[in-house]
Amino acid sequence: MATTVTGTKPLTKTGLGGGSKGRGPNGNGSPKRNGHRDAFFDARSAANRYRIGMWVAMASILMLFTALSSAYIVRAASANDWQPLRMPRVLLLSTALIIVSSITLEFARRKLKAGQQSAHKSLLVLTTLLGLGFLGSQVFAWKELAQQGIYITSNPHSSFFYLLTATHGAHLLGGLAGLGFLTLRSRLRTDDELAATKSQAQTDAVSLYWHFMDVLWIYLFVLLFFWRQV
Amino acid sequence: MSAETHEAVHRHEPPTSFIRKYIFSLDHKVIGIQYIILALVAVIVGMTMSVLMRMNLSWPGTNWPILATLFPGGAPGGVINPEFYLSLVTMHGTIMVFFVLTTAPQGGFGNYFLPIQIGAEDMAFPVLNMLSFWVTLVGFIVILSAIFFSGSASTIGPIGGWTGYAPLSALGQIAGPGQGMGMNLWIISIAIFCVGSLLGALNFITTLLNMRTRGMSLMRMPLTCWAWFTTAVLALLSFPVLLGGGILLLLDRLAGTSFFIPGGLYVSGILSGTTPSFPIHTGGSPILWQHLFWFFGHPEVYIAILPGMGATSHILSTFARKPVFGYRAMVFAIFAIGLLGFFVWGHHMFISGMSPYSAMTFSILTLSIGVPSAVKTFNWLGTLWGARIRFTTPMLFAIGFVSLFVAGGITGLVLGQTSLDLPMHDTYFVLAHFHLVMGVASIFGMFAATYFWFPKMFGRMMSERLGKIHFWITFVGVYCIFVPMHVMGLVGMPRRYAQFTEYTFLSRLHPLVVFVSVVAIITVLTQFIFYFNLIWSIFKGKKAGANPWEATTLEWTTASPPPHDNFAGVLPVVYRGPYEFAVPGAPNDFVMQTEPETETERVGGNGHNGHRH
Ligand code: HEM
Ligand SMILES: [Cu+2]
Repeated sequence: MATTVTGTKPLTKTGLGGGSKGRGPNGNGSPKRNGHRDAFFDARSAANRYRIGMWVAMASILMLFTALSSAYIVRAASANDWQPLRMPRVLLLSTALIIVSSITLEFARRKLKAGQQSAHKSLLVLTTLLGLGFLGSQVFAWKELAQQGIYITSNPHSSFFYLLTATHGAHLLGGLAGLGFLTLRSRLRTDDELAATKSQAQTDAVSLYWHFMDVLWIYLFVLLFFWRQV
Repeated sequence: MSAETHEAVHRHEPPTSFIRKYIFSLDHKVIGIQYIILALVAVIVGMTMSVLMRMNLSWPGTNWPILATLFPGGAPGGVINPEFYLSLVTMHGTIMVFFVLTTAPQGGFGNYFLPIQIGAEDMAFPVLNMLSFWVTLVGFIVILSAIFFSGSASTIGPIGGWTGYAPLSALGQIAGPGQGMGMNLWIISIAIFCVGSLLGALNFITTLLNMRTRGMSLMRMPLTCWAWFTTAVLALLSFPVLLGGGILLLLDRLAGTSFFIPGGLYVSGILSGTTPSFPIHTGGSPILWQHLFWFFGHPEVYIAILPGMGATSHILSTFARKPVFGYRAMVFAIFAIGLLGFFVWGHHMFISGMSPYSAMTFSILTLSIGVPSAVKTFNWLGTLWGARIRFTTPMLFAIGFVSLFVAGGITGLVLGQTSLDLPMHDTYFVLAHFHLVMGVASIFGMFAATYFWFPKMFGRMMSERLGKIHFWITFVGVYCIFVPMHVMGLVGMPRRYAQFTEYTFLSRLHPLVVFVSVVAIITVLTQFIFYFNLIWSIFKGKKAGANPWEATTLEWTTASPPPHDNFAGVLPVVYRGPYEFAVPGAPNDFVMQTEPETETERVGGNGHNGHRH
């Protein structure tokens, strides 16, 4: 068995500060975080982490909806019991609301970049309200269908309608939570630079997610009511 | 490694309360150990079930008085009944695949060592990391609760295999024993597990992309990190599909939809729609479940084995004292396996009546996975070639991994051909194939990883003598168990049957069946040597230094066990690839990744080209 080794003989080193290519631009071993910026620490910052994490999370949510959509398409073709629903009109309102909410959120994001805190905050609140309006309008569509006696078991199309809108709505709730978080956060003043980049990154991540939910809804809307089986 | 080559970063002080430190810990090392403990507990449950199954197969009808007391419903009078057997099959498979093979390799060792090997102080999202463990644990508790709330006295959980095929799994209580509450709990447990794994995967990917230390370029990462990364990508893209399928299945059972249930089903003497307990169903597609399940299921088998491949590459190189043969090729092979793995799920469904053209496409894609698999195998052999090997226990298990991967992979090439698979599907041949390649090989990878990293995790060595005894009995044991199963499968013995007494054409196999069971029981008992070694070594093992194996990667530059923030407040700087063994001109036969370049290296030339990656 190997003997216990606690260290290694150093190889001949180049002199410190000799600028070997593994070194960062900032010299050797000087503490970072203060002083001049460093591309390495910028890339490795918590701010970037939120953006990367959000893209990764979106990939997995996309797979969930891909799975459900392919089930939708297969199921539509697997038997002749498919009866297309008449589109509840209120879904047009939902669609309009969520598109507008994406736009207001985008403005909110830019206001933050421009340093206009209060405009940023009111746009966030507006977006949240629009998001809630979207959910309300979705629930209204459910009510409308239920009044016509169409429930989840009525036929395969209604099953998928309830399933897809509910799954999308559940994910949208996550987006609302994110918006709520940003709104609460925007009350705190962010004087120091690090906190500012961090809150910018969080805003970026949440708005990325929100736009994703927006596009996802438009996709589902088209799939549910404009895609026809051949 | 002098302090001034490091950069000072903010030091994280460890939490002081017991709860924050060991229970709801945010430290990836503690979370990794929690995952490993979960797997160590789950594997005991799974192994016990397999022993019960073997007992029933080889000595059917025997009265085991102890079983009569433990499971009065499942083994009335001590004789295991068929439903009990089938629920054992289901629980064994589910627990092993999800809670052992998916937790220990990735959530356990990946969690512990990925951040350290890339020089990070923790995972990117520690809170999510903690959640991923606790969610997974809830999933485990739910699956165990199926044992007690299965809805029928004669089973210990659902009946449906780890694949839970529809329509049986979609119908509910009406379909017979094991189809009631137990099946709901099974689906819910799997869904919870999916969520936990997704949180983990998100964390792994972000950590690897974002948190590598200075100098740790992608091509300087140890192969273990590549393996964990690819595994996380596979999990990220495949678990949502299982989750989606699970939601549909649960809706079929609880809400009365017909996603997977076809019309006109006649089950347990009742026609669909004629009684309230069996509402009308029309038009669902059972095959749809198979597609969704296997779209996840095939990547899942690689989720189980890729971390083992990574650990094997790492360990082979360390104890062969040679760089990994063809590092780049190894990286691309991991990726190719992961990518191709998404396009071959149909090979589990050749028998489902798919069009011969689809079958051929799936078959060709399946066989093409053999190419990157062979690349890996030959590179492992290339790494060993001409080496002065140090036969430590982790090395033995890593070599065992290669052997088992080849032995099990070869039969994959047989089953991948439609015409050969049709007669062999659902026989013991398939059972032998995937137990060797997925079950045992992955477990060997984890044994290797445990013996290898134990000194880092606990600051003490495991007993080599016990380790070698453990290795040899297990190695010989698993071959004695699974090679005969190929023969049984070729003769035509079907899987998931409680006993074969009614089949005269199988009666001649009975001595073989008994032999397998006896070896299986011996092998299972041998595992307690491992458990003993593990616990004993934590307290009594020989003290290990920071780098007992003379290895090169970052985890060996820090103390054993590593401090709370891994590198005691400094970030290591990486100057070279991960496997610089036997570098000509170097004073030692290994060069740590943190060793700065020497003057001669920098000027270039002089025979080190073979070792740069
Ligand atoms: C060259 C590589 C491989 C090929 C060509 C291959 C091919 C196949 C085929 C065709 C089947 C279906 C057999 C049937 O059900 O009739 C199968 C089953 C299976 N394979 Fe592989 N395989 C390969 C490698 C692997 C690996 C590396 C793993 C795991 C790490 C694995 C795990 C499994 C499992 C778990 C099953 C059975 C699932 C079940 O029905 O319960 N295979 N394999
Ligand atoms: Cu497969």
